[in-house]
Amino acid sequence: MIALRPAEPVDLTAISALDARLTGHSKTAYWQAMLARYAGGPPERHFLVAETAKGVLAGFIAGEVRAWEFGQPPAGWVFAIQVDPKLRLKGTGSALFEALTTRFKAQGVSRVRTLVDRKDHLILSFFRAQGMTAGPSLQLDKAL
Amino acid sequence: MKLQTATRLGLYAVLELARDPAQTLSSADLAERFGVSTHHLAKVLRTLAAAGLVRAERGAAGGYRFTGNRRRVTLMDIVALFEPAPGRRAKEPGEETDIGGALLSVLTEIDEIAEATLRSISLETLLSSSHPASAVASS
Repeated sequence: MIALRPAEPVDLTAISALDARLTGHSKTAYWQAMLARYAGGPPERHFLVAETAKGVLAGFIAGEVRAWEFGQPPAGWVFAIQVDPKLRLKGTGSALFEALTTRFKAQGVSRVRTLVDRKDHLILSFFRAQGMTAGPSLQLDKAL
Repeated sequence: MKLQTATRLGLYAVLELARDPAQTLSSADLAERFGVSTHHLAKVLRTLAAAGLVRAERGAAGGYRFTGNRRRVTLMDIVALFEPAPGRRAKEPGEETDIGGALLSVLTEIDEIAEATLRSISLETLLSSSHPASAVASS
């Protein structure tokens, strides 16, 4: 049984460890800053965690409503989502996504957006399964 | 994006059979459903069977049945059976030139985006977003 709740600063160690395990990069300072900005921050910012009945972190999601980002009307943006591989295919990611989009809708937005590495087929498939399709923007990039 | 006829037929056949993995449909049933030639579809079904996505059942109620995993098989898995992989295309004349090389990098970019899209959509995802033709027509 998975329960969802808003993230708290005390979740930093577990969030940072899960992300480091999945991405191969330890980014404690980044997650500390994210929690400082999102956990208990302004109402348009959301950072949710999913935990098992034993209180073990199963996953997390972070996002916020941004207005006129890249010239676009207000929309909910998903900035991060991770689920413990041992707890995947049990609806944890979908529950986190649903909870975040419910909060976005409550704030009056009707679109949700994200950016995904096009070679990351796993996360691309996840967002597709949530009903997301290619958005109106193309991300551009250049080596400097 | 233009797919070869065999690719389109492969997608149609797999998706139709995966809609209900318990059902068995003959190549004639499938051909009639999509308005294509049975001969052409039979060849496509043999390729799908060799890839383990469908199985031919013999007998009076014989035909083809889906044998893959709807949540694991992606559109790209089927497309890749019929189309050359982006990195495996034969060199075209002119690609060695500076203009040819620049054009090739644009076409590769398009291929990579198309591949990422096709690889991200499982049969389950596509079927859950599709609607019966009658519902589309009446909506």
